[in-house]
Amino acid sequence: MAISTTTPARGRTATGRDHKTGPVHRAGSPAHRGDARLAWVLIAPAVIGFLAFAAYPTLRGIYLSFTDFRVLTPPQWTGMDNLKRLVADEVFWHSLGVTAYFVVLSVVIGMALSVTTAVVLHRLTASTALRGVIILPFLISGVVAATTWSWMLDAQLGIVNIAIRQLGLDPVFFLGSSRWAIPTIALISVWKGMGYNAIIVFAGLQTIPPTVYEAGRIDGANEMQMFRRLTLPLLRPVLAMVLVLTVIGSFQVFDLVAVTTQGGPARASNVLQLYIYDKAFGQFEFGYAATMSLALFAMLITITFLQMRLLRADESDTN
Amino acid sequence: MSASVTAPPALGAAPAVPARRKPSSGRRPSVGRAVAWTYLGGVVLVTLFPFYWILRTSFSNNYSLITHPSSLLPVDFTLGAFRRVLGIATSAESLAEGGSGASINILHFAMNSLIFATLSTVLVVFFSLIAAYAFARLQWPGRDLVFSVLLTALMVPGILTLLPNFVLIKDLGLLNTFGGLILPGALFSAFNIFFLRQFMLGLSGEIEEAALIDGASRLRVLFQITLPMTSGPVTTLSILGFIGAWNDYFWPLLVTSDDSVRPLTLALAVFKQSSPQAAPDWAGLMAATLVAALPMLVLFLAFGRRIVDSIGFSGLK
Repeated sequence: MAISTTTPARGRTATGRDHKTGPVHRAGSPAHRGDARLAWVLIAPAVIGFLAFAAYPTLRGIYLSFTDFRVLTPPQWTGMDNLKRLVADEVFWHSLGVTAYFVVLSVVIGMALSVTTAVVLHRLTASTALRGVIILPFLISGVVAATTWSWMLDAQLGIVNIAIRQLGLDPVFFLGSSRWAIPTIALISVWKGMGYNAIIVFAGLQTIPPTVYEAGRIDGANEMQMFRRLTLPLLRPVLAMVLVLTVIGSFQVFDLVAVTTQGGPARASNVLQLYIYDKAFGQFEFGYAATMSLALFAMLITITFLQMRLLRADESDTN
Repeated sequence: MSASVTAPPALGAAPAVPARRKPSSGRRPSVGRAVAWTYLGGVVLVTLFPFYWILRTSFSNNYSLITHPSSLLPVDFTLGAFRRVLGIATSAESLAEGGSGASINILHFAMNSLIFATLSTVLVVFFSLIAAYAFARLQWPGRDLVFSVLLTALMVPGILTLLPNFVLIKDLGLLNTFGGLILPGALFSAFNIFFLRQFMLGLSGEIEEAALIDGASRLRVLFQITLPMTSGPVTTLSILGFIGAWNDYFWPLLVTSDDSVRPLTLALAVFKQSSPQAAPDWAGLMAATLVAALPMLVLFLAFGRRIVDSIGFSGLK
């Protein structure tokens, strides 16, 4: 966020008239005659895409959430009915609880491992190959990750359970038990996203000038103190961004759950996105599904706002 | 604020890596370094092992997996699983190796994925490029306003637009077509436009101005001068876009129900969900998984460094 402010001065000559920087950006100059028409031609596809597939669906989604809409017949305005239903819908609250559990586990474990990995990488080696290796899981789809881990965690033949049995313990029904389903999916999600986040944090670490650490060392700080007093505060904007993105992504988890447990057993892993999908495409209650989407969106906005405020994400400490 | 601004990396390029900024080894006991290296080794192992396990299982005989579940090498080495998922194994052959009878014509779905991912990537990068040019190089009233309006799209998550977009695509009669798969993401990407505009603003405009004075048209300048200069970020965005589209699951799930256009992620999920609970064809599943992951692994080998750098950069915006 801070770095975007380094846009060269050239970019700020929006009107062009107040700058005498040669012929480059003078609105009236022959070079810029006809710019407006060409500009609208060039941005037309993007503007159409924005209006048709971002702005319009957003407004339509808000409208649909106050209707009874079953796709085949036109939506019927029902005012607050969907919202009242939502408040009384036990499955919704259960799904929200399941989702929150998943978010907390995957974000806490994911952040801890990402930051640790980034710091260790930064301290030990500048090897791009090593950083490449840890982002591999980010490049494959959630479906591939979920299928692979379903196999490795299989109760009978999965290699993880075979290792557990070798240790003399009972096999764990990772994806087949209510107790372990969500923690297991959270760990798969951490496996998939950890490297990606670590690379972002690593890039943030590289922007911290080495002189800061030299000064710290002269003052007699040890590794742990330097990490807590120097690294973490200086890294806060990057950490805040990674945190916000991870939270938003985790709240919308879908493919990992759809492939591994399909919400089971007995709704134990029925995350919100799965419930919304089921309402819309299993029972064709689009209006109600839109209401839940809107509720989830409102929660995400609130949480993001709170995180940015609490973390003061747009500034980093200097000492 | 002040400290984090000190290193403005060129867009799309890696921030300079100060080689080995470790404290002098005299200060820190080597035990700490040993622990750190062990941790890193563990991370690499956990990251890579599942990929090895895909390989090992996909070259195994599914029946023999039951008797040697912990063998680190393929059990009873065979290409049978690949023959099953490619649809070239006879049913007798596939039953003999523990196939479930469920099959998946994986080349067909891979082709669908290729069409979907390539078209949507090429289109959105192209449209973003020309829009970015208009925002970075042309002078026109309302430019900054339009730009900030388009950027608001960055804040709307998919969750809010997916269902209405499905209804729109359905109303347009585009369900089960590549058009329906591609269209919502093909015209506009706020992130791409922002990324390319920032890059162009950082380029010197002198060559372009000189060409304009020499009488070249705006469009000619765009395609013959600006485009070659932005090939770096264009490649980066194309790779990231292709990865995203190839791996996309939710949107194709909404708009396709017909095998003729379904991409591979979806077919793989169906294959996984429809395999028998009692004795799944794990070898076949892993063979299909390998095919689904292969293009990403190839991209990774070809462009790994660029991918790592662009991810790192994306965090510093």
